[in-house]
Amino acid sequence: MAAWKGLTTNVLSHEPALYENSFPVEGGTYENAGHVSSQIKALLKGMKISKEVVRRAALVTYESEINICSYARSGKIVLRVTPEHVTIEAIDEGQGIVDIELAMQEGYSTATDRIREMGFGAGMGLCNIKNFSDFFRITSEIGKGTHLKMVIRIDKDFDGI
Amino acid sequence: MTLREIKELLDAEVLVGHDQLDKEIKTAFGADLMSDVLAFAKAGSLLLTGLTNPQVIRTSDVLDIAAIIMVRGKRPSPETLRLAEELLIPVLTTKYILFETAGKLYAKGIVGCMERVDDERAFT
Amino acid sequence: MHLEDIVKALKLRVVSGEDGLAAEVLGGYVGDLLSDVMANSKEGDLWITRQTHQNIVAVASLKDHAGIILVQGCNPAADTLDKARKEGVPIMVTDMPGFEAIGKVYNMIATKKGPDPST
Repeated sequence: MAAWKGLTTNVLSHEPALYENSFPVEGGTYENAGHVSSQIKALLKGMKISKEVVRRAALVTYESEINICSYARSGKIVLRVTPEHVTIEAIDEGQGIVDIELAMQEGYSTATDRIREMGFGAGMGLCNIKNFSDFFRITSEIGKGTHLKMVIRIDKDFDGI
Repeated sequence: MTLREIKELLDAEVLVGHDQLDKEIKTAFGADLMSDVLAFAKAGSLLLTGLTNPQVIRTSDVLDIAAIIMVRGKRPSPETLRLAEELLIPVLTTKYILFETAGKLYAKGIVGCMERVDDERAFT
Repeated sequence: MHLEDIVKALKLRVVSGEDGLAAEVLGGYVGDLLSDVMANSKEGDLWITRQTHQNIVAVASLKDHAGIILVQGCNPAADTLDKARKEGVPIMVTDMPGFEAIGKVYNMIATKKGPDPST
């Protein structure tokens, strides 16, 4: 199953990457949850990208990372920066999402009490990710895992890293 | 209002960030749901919460939250404090409940934030 | 301070429990985690939250709250509304951000003088 917002084709891959890296995320535990997001935020900050773009990129990364920690066995976050876009992909191996349309509805959640007591699991994560991205795509396969792709446009005055 | 004035008003104890008390605060957001904070809180806001886990610090880092006030006398774990120190985010604790904490700040002119990001910012 | 005074002053929209508006509001409590609200709120509190699922009605009813205010434009889920109407629990909704709604309610309860003069 899949759902998306914005671009539906992979037209960004021709852009030369100024930076590209993959960060492993541990599933099933909150011990290091958010660590990758803090790292990515610090990296982007160092690239003289506008504060607002850094903030949005950090935010969608963080919600994705929390999802991996909450629901998947393991996963990774791939960051790719081109002159015009910040692309973040969150790829996990896990249970997958049965009904994406339902999962995208604000307020819908399959979170356990443990997740809720952490302040998550209110059914807003995917909505936040979608709302703060310029382009968003989600695909999922039951029993295999979920793949999120988020793209945020960099302001025109970005003069490279 | 400075963080120092807020500390006095709320009779709060500073756990992290003694050197950041001159920070100016204009807006605040009170919530127990981190996803709400992520959806609505503005950069530079004060975060009022009853949660004390490390994700409160991570969320604040992601959003450039100016400082965190933990309410109802809650004290974070050493792990949470370590993370706040590492990421340079001030943490204060007050004995007031969230209702009183927000009420007192509102009366002093601090305002709330509601910065819902529109669904329509897609590529066009 | 009666619930209806707060409803009027803050222009809250009442969606259930109209019969309970004469209730006395003794205090306020803010919380989105039900276990926290169960453990720490008091009888007669006006509960301010953005949780909308039906368990909020059970909590408000068990703790004898004066009512529930849902903030930042949250609307109760359909089953929440049914349950609240059945049990006569007043639910009010407002578009105000939580912080602002709390500030105004606190101001009314703390001063018992009526609405915030600044608004």
